[in-house]
Amino acid sequence: MSHQTRKDPAGAKLGMWLFLFTELFLFGGLFLLYGVYLARYHREFAAAGREMHLGFGTANTVILITSSLLAAMAVTAIQRSGRRLVLYLLGGTVLCGAVFLFNKYLEWSDEIGHGIYPGSPRLAAGPPGESVFYSLYYLTVGLHGLHVLIGGTLLAVVAARVGRGTIHAGDFAWLENGALYWHLVDLVWIFIFPLYYLVL
Amino acid sequence: MGSDTHDTTTHVIGYKTLTTVWIALLALTALTVWVALNAPGIGHVWGSLAIAAAKGGLVIAFFMHMRYEGRLLRWLLFVALVTLAIFIGLTFSDVLYR
Repeated sequence: MSHQTRKDPAGAKLGMWLFLFTELFLFGGLFLLYGVYLARYHREFAAAGREMHLGFGTANTVILITSSLLAAMAVTAIQRSGRRLVLYLLGGTVLCGAVFLFNKYLEWSDEIGHGIYPGSPRLAAGPPGESVFYSLYYLTVGLHGLHVLIGGTLLAVVAARVGRGTIHAGDFAWLENGALYWHLVDLVWIFIFPLYYLVL
Repeated sequence: MGSDTHDTTTHVIGYKTLTTVWIALLALTALTVWVALNAPGIGHVWGSLAIAAAKGGLVIAFFMHMRYEGRLLRWLLFVALVTLAIFIGLTFSDVLYR
C-alpha cells in the first residue's frame, strides 16, 4: 500500500490556530488571577509594581515587536521566493528572542539579588499581597519566557529546513505556523507589559 | 512592492504594510509608557488595557494575517475571545459582589 502525502496548508493553519486558542486560555487564566488578586490586595500590588524595572520591560516590548515584524516579513519573503532573505529575517527573529531572554536574565538576577523570589525570607516577612504579586509575576513571565525559548527553537528548526529547501514557496506551512506561534508570544507580552510594569 | 497580491489559499502582505504596522505598534508602546509615567495611580488601568488591546488587534490582524483569513478562522477567534470574556466577567461578578 503506497501512501501519498497530500499537503493541506489551510488545515495546518486551522490546527495551529486551535492550539493558539488553548494558549490564550492558559495565559488568560493567569491574567484573570492577576485581576482578582489586584482587587483583593490593591495597595500591596501597587507598592510591589512600582519596584518593577520599567526600562527592562519597555526594551523587551520593543525587541519583541521588532522580532514579530521580522517573522511576519519572513512569511512574505518565502512567498516571494527569496530564500536568502528568509534566512536573514528568521535569524534576526531568533536573535531578538535571545536578547529578550538575556534581558530577562539580567532583570531576574537583579530581583533575586534583592531577595525577591517565591518563598524568599524577605517576601515571607512582608504582607501577603506582595508575595502573591511576585509569585504571579515569576509564574506568568517565566511561562512566557519558556514560550520564547520554544518559539526561538522552533524558528531555528524552520530556518534550517528553509536552508535545506524542505520549506519553500510551494509549501511553507511550517514557517507560517512557526511565525504564528511567535506572534502569539508577542501578543501575550503586549498584555504582560502594562499589567506588571505600567498600571501599578 | 507594497501592493498585496491574492491567491486561493494564502495571501501575501507587502513589506510596506508590515513596516507601517510596526511603526504604529512602537508609537502605541511609547504612548502607553508616557501615560504610565504621567498619570500614576489606578485610574489609567483601563486606558493601558485599551492601548494593549489596540496593539494586540494590530498584531492579530496584520502580523497573524487574520484580516485576510476566511470566515471560519474569524468566527473561531471571535468565539474564543467571547468565551474568555465570559470567564472573566463571571469571575469578577463573583469576586466583586460576593
